Amino acid sequence: MSAPLLELRDVAKGFPVRDALGRRRGAVRAVDGVSLIVPKGSVLAIVGESGCGKSTLGRLALRLIEADQGQILFEGEDLRGLSARALRARRRDMQLIFQDPFASLDPRMTVEQAVAEPLRLHGIVPRAQEAQRVAELLSRVGLRPELARRWPHEFSGGQRQRIAIARALASEPKLIIGDEPVSALDVSVQAQVVNLLQDLIRELGLTFVLISHDLGVVRHIADRVAVMYLGRIVEEGPTAQVFGAPRHPYTRALLAAVPGQGHAHAPLLEGDIPSPINPPSGCRFRTRCPYAQPLCAEQVPPMEGTSHLAACHFQQNLPPALVGQDAETGGERLRRLQAYFTDQTQKQGELA
Amino acid sequence: MSATAAPAVLARGESPTRRAIRRFLRHRLALAGFLVVLTFVLVAILAPWIAPYDPIETSWSRIRRPPSELYWFGTDENGRDVLSRVIWGARASLMAGVVSVVGAVLIGVPLGLLAGLAGGWVDALISRVADAMLSIPFLILAIALAAFLGPALENAMLAIAITASPIFVRLSRGMALDAKSTDWVEAARSLGNPPWRTAFVHVLPNIIPPLLVQSTLSIAEAIIAEASLSFLGLGQQPPAPSWGSMLNSAQRFLETAPWLAIAPGAAIFVVVLAFNLMGDGLRDALDPRADRK
Repeated sequence: MSAPLLELRDVAKGFPVRDALGRRRGAVRAVDGVSLIVPKGSVLAIVGESGCGKSTLGRLALRLIEADQGQILFEGEDLRGLSARALRARRRDMQLIFQDPFASLDPRMTVEQAVAEPLRLHGIVPRAQEAQRVAELLSRVGLRPELARRWPHEFSGGQRQRIAIARALASEPKLIIGDEPVSALDVSVQAQVVNLLQDLIRELGLTFVLISHDLGVVRHIADRVAVMYLGRIVEEGPTAQVFGAPRHPYTRALLAAVPGQGHAHAPLLEGDIPSPINPPSGCRFRTRCPYAQPLCAEQVPPMEGTSHLAACHFQQNLPPALVGQDAETGGERLRRLQAYFTDQTQKQGELA
Repeated sequence: MSATAAPAVLARGESPTRRAIRRFLRHRLALAGFLVVLTFVLVAILAPWIAPYDPIETSWSRIRRPPSELYWFGTDENGRDVLSRVIWGARASLMAGVVSVVGAVLIGVPLGLLAGLAGGWVDALISRVADAMLSIPFLILAIALAAFLGPALENAMLAIAITASPIFVRLSRGMALDAKSTDWVEAARSLGNPPWRTAFVHVLPNIIPPLLVQSTLSIAEAIIAEASLSFLGLGQQPPAPSWGSMLNSAQRFLETAPWLAIAPGAAIFVVVLAFNLMGDGLRDALDPRADRK
């Protein structure tokens, strides 16, 4: 594994919750002690349900919002220690692609102005070569350079997202974070944009962090996957292993929710995510976990493993996850296996 | 939103500004308002050449003559031609209207952007001062300021500019707050824009439409304010002509020489109405909701 480009160490962020009179009534702990390593040239996906804090994590990593604690190391340098001016200069190396291409482009800037802006801000090419560079960038993302003088409102969602990608590439960044870059697009367009991203990652040697809830896209382009639940990472590992042999019950549930992915022994998710204002003690997934034990309420499970890590007290004891089997009959077998599992762990508890 | 909706042959698209102009030109009342305003502006600029008489020269031989072929709007109590004075008075009124609103925009918009984008105590301070000023009726505050600064047209314009600025603070603050939460402002930040550049290059161009509408309506208000101040002797100083001061001297002769009041009164009425119609038309033409087809 090559040197990390981006490393998060115990990063946390809470948003104050105020009542009608503006008094502080606790905080939503959107991101709560996340540590991650993104090696240079790799693609890391962060997956999870909406509201789990994955978008917040992406913005914390770029210091678009300020973290409450932890370190954000970009090439070994803590972004949180930079002055406003130094941070602005550093932004050249890290870019964000937004979810909604209808909202992320300034409506009063032509395509050319939008794509040229990072060139100008960071003095990347002389003014005289600006137009030519913009044309190159546009053709790089599959748009005809003649469209440069048109306005964002004249384009479709897929085209706008291509413009946003061209803008993100303009400053020749080392890291790009894509916050659900295709989920606002038509399904027919999604695949094209995903393929474009994949080509760019491969050809430009980009380091990419993909924030997504679309496991199909993740499996397609990610080297590693981090699964987030209620502000914490619960499982992280190489994509093939996380998808093939998920260790955390939540990961299994997520995979089971994908049609046609039929994981046996996967708990089916019931109910909503608990309120992040007052999250469950111990393991945060325990309120929805079919394997939950008294220990889960008492201790926060640590991330365990070497390359493939999971935060579950019982990850060694869970029934093996079988991929691609009996999606239909899973329900009945699941119940029996769960009963068996509970039985076993209770016996173990009595022996101990 | 389909890709094929835009004819791909055109290399240059229609800018939001051009689209607004096209819409404005279709709005008949607004266009009429615009033409009236344009006429008055031309009259004000060309006053030395089109005024039939000297607006200041008095004559004992033609006091309070009713409108006639020689003196279309009659003559006043000092024997001056009312038409010439109305034409020259357009200068004072329009200049006061435009200059004071430009001043109000220059004071109000940067403060509003600062308040909206910076937030915190900066916002609290600026907003409270603006609220306090807005709680005083427009004319009362303008009169108080003009009286404090001393009677002169320049001081009247300054007083009106200060009085009209809080509405621009409030408007631009609200729009800036709105823009601040959008992705494209966050994108501007993530690209490495410094805060001032985000404010003036990204946020300002996007909030110009409502500012333009408000400016037009404020000019109408400022013209009335200037006329009121001049009526009270706080604006244009005699013998220089101004619609407000003409109305003041006309009130003594309302029964014997009503034409003295009718001409400047009608001028104020028509200009203010024209600015308001233009403002309404601009509002419709610049309405972002009209973009969604």
